[in-house]
Amino acid sequence: MSRLDGCFDALKSDNRCALIPYITAGDPEPSVSVDLMHALVSAGADIIELGIPFSDPMADGPIIQAACERALRHHTSLSDVLDMVAEFRTTNNTTPVVLMGYLNPIERMGYEEFADRAMKADVDGVLTVDMPPEESDELVELLGSKKIDPVFLLSPTSTDSRIQKIATAGSGFLYYVSFTGVTGASHLEVDEVAMRLDRIREQSSLPLGVGFGIKDAESAAEVARVADAVIVGSALIHFLEENQDNISAAKHNISILIKSIRKSIDIIRLEG
Amino acid sequence: MSLEKNDYTLYPDNSGHFGTFGGVFVAETLMQPLEELRLVYEKLITDKDFLAELDYDLKHYVGRPSPIYHAQRLSDRAGGAQIMLKREDLNHTGAHKINNTVGQALLAKHMGKTRIIAETGAGQHGVASATVAARLGLECVVYMGAVDLVRQALNVYRMKLLGAKVIPVESGSRTLKDALNEAMRDWVTNVDDTFYIIGSVAGPHPYPALVRNFQSVIGREAREQCLEMQGKLPDALVACVGGGSNAIGLFYPFLNDESVKIYGIEAAGKGLDTRSHAAPLCAGIPGVLHGSRTYLMEDNDGQIVEAYSVSAGLDYPGVGPEHAWLKDTGRVNYDAITDDEALAAFHELTRVEGILPALESSHALAYAIKLARQMDKDQTILVNLSGRGDKDIHTVASGEGMHE
Repeated sequence: MSRLDGCFDALKSDNRCALIPYITAGDPEPSVSVDLMHALVSAGADIIELGIPFSDPMADGPIIQAACERALRHHTSLSDVLDMVAEFRTTNNTTPVVLMGYLNPIERMGYEEFADRAMKADVDGVLTVDMPPEESDELVELLGSKKIDPVFLLSPTSTDSRIQKIATAGSGFLYYVSFTGVTGASHLEVDEVAMRLDRIREQSSLPLGVGFGIKDAESAAEVARVADAVIVGSALIHFLEENQDNISAAKHNISILIKSIRKSIDIIRLEG
Repeated sequence: MSLEKNDYTLYPDNSGHFGTFGGVFVAETLMQPLEELRLVYEKLITDKDFLAELDYDLKHYVGRPSPIYHAQRLSDRAGGAQIMLKREDLNHTGAHKINNTVGQALLAKHMGKTRIIAETGAGQHGVASATVAARLGLECVVYMGAVDLVRQALNVYRMKLLGAKVIPVESGSRTLKDALNEAMRDWVTNVDDTFYIIGSVAGPHPYPALVRNFQSVIGREAREQCLEMQGKLPDALVACVGGGSNAIGLFYPFLNDESVKIYGIEAAGKGLDTRSHAAPLCAGIPGVLHGSRTYLMEDNDGQIVEAYSVSAGLDYPGVGPEHAWLKDTGRVNYDAITDDEALAAFHELTRVEGILPALESSHALAYAIKLARQMDKDQTILVNLSGRGDKDIHTVASGEGMHE
C-alpha cells in the first residue's frame, strides 16, 4: 500500500480529515525548507505538499507567485527540491510528500530521470498543475512504475465525463479546486463544494482533498465536514512573505495556524 | 489543392497536436472552457452566415484585401531576386493583428460573452483588441507588462482612448510572457462572461489553429495576387516570427506548394551567442509554456528566461507550436536577424521606397535583402510587411541618439 493510501485509510478509520499544508520549496531560501516541513508535521500536518518553484506559475495568485520568485532568486531547482525530500526522509519515514508544480522543470529534467530520482528521494505523489490527463500518459506510466501516485485536479468546470477520466488517471487522492480562480483568492462557498464532492464521489472512491480559498480554522472546519482533506497554501506563505528576515517568527506563526486548523477540523468531525 | 505525401494543412490533429508539439497544457479549470471554444469555433467556421459576417468586416472595416507591392528600387539595390511586399501595414490599426481580433471578437459575440481580455507586448494586439471591443460595445481589459507599459506609452494611451482598461503586470519579468500569465489568471477567474483574445498562434489548443485560420487570409490573398500579377507562385516567402501569427498567416496556404521556399525570421537581438535575443527556434529547446509544447528559451532548470529584441513585438521567449513542428519537419527554414541588421533594413525601405516598416517586419526585410542577393533577377521573394513603423519611431530615434 502506498504511503498516501495508508495515511488516508488510517484517518478514515479515525473519522479524521487530512490536513495538507502547501509550501513552495526554497521560499524564502532553500536552507529553510526541510526544517519547515518538519515543523508542519509537528504542528499537525498529515501530508505535505511541496511546491516546485516555476518562473511562470499561471494558476497561482500573487502570494504563491511571489514565493516562486523568492525561491528562484536562490536558484532553487527541481533537483534541489528532490534533495530536500530525501533529507526530510532521513528523519521522517511516515508523512507522505506530494510534489506540486508545473510541467516544464520536469520536462527539462526528463520524465525518466525525474521519476527515478523522485522514487529514490521517496516522493509519494506528483501533481502537475498544467498537465491534464489528456497529456499525461507517459509521465503517469513512469510514475506508476516507481509506485508514485499521480495526483490530478478537479474543478467546478469539470464535467461528468472529465471527472471519470481524471478519477481513472489519478491515484492517491483527487484535488478539488474549490472555485474558478487562482490560489489565494477568496470565493469559497462550502454548500457548492459539498454538492460537487457528492457528484465526484458517485464516480470515484479516491479521497477528495479541497484547496484554494481555505484561509483559517473556520473555513477549514467548514470544508472538513465534507472533504477528506483540506489543503492550505497561500495563508501559510503569507507569513513567510511578511517575515522574510525573521524565519523563526514565520515558522512560529505558521505552526500556530496549522495547530488551530488541526484543532478545528478534528472538533468538527467529532461533533459529526 | 492536391494531397501531398505530407499534407501540412491537416494539422493540428484532433487532440490539438502538431506532431509532438502543441496540445492542451492548462489547469483543469480551463479544460472545459477550451473545449467549448473549440466546439463553437468549429461550428461557426463552416457557417455561411458567420463567414459572410467575417468577410464583410475584413473588407469594410479592416480594408482588405491588402495590396502586394513590387519594391523595385529595393530589389535593384539588393541586386538579385524581386522583392514583393504584402502590405499588412495598410490594414486598419496598422498591422496584421486586426485580422485575428475581428475574427475572435465575432466568436465572442456569438458565444454571448460581454467582456474581452487580451495580453499585449508592444501594444499592437492590445490596440487591435480594444478596437474591436469598442466597435462591438464590449468591456475590454488589456494586460501589459509594467516594463512594456513604459516602453510603449503611446499605444497605452491609444488603448485608453478606445475605452480599454490597461492593467500593468508587476510579476516575473514584467513583460509579454507575464502579461499572458495574468490574462490566463483573469480568464480562469471570470470564465463565465469573459472571452480571452490571444494575440498570437501560441497558447493551448484550439488557439494556435484558430488564430492561424483567421490570419491565413494573408496567405490566401497573397497566393491569388501573385498568380494574377506574375502568373506564378513566388519562389520564396519571408516573415518575422515572434509568437508567429503573421508568419503562419502567410505560410499556411503555401505549405503544400513544394516549389515555394519558406523562411521564418526570429530576432537575434544582440546576437544568438549572447543571452540577449528572442530566438527560441534557432537557439532554444522544446518545453511546455502557456498551454502548449513548443520551443522555448529557458535555463538548465527549465525556468523561462527573458527574451530581448529591439522590437517589442518579437520579444517573447516562446513561439507558436506549429512553427516548432514546421522547423522539425524541415518545411520551413528558421533563421535570425540582429537588431542592427533590422534597423538597417528599416532605414533602407524608408529611404528607397517611402514605406516605414515596423521593426518586427524589418527583420523579415533584412533577411529578404540578403536572400535576394543569392537568387536570380527573375525570381521573386514575397515578404510579409506585417505592420507599419510609426510606433517604432521613438525607439529608432533614441537608439540613434545613443550612437551619436
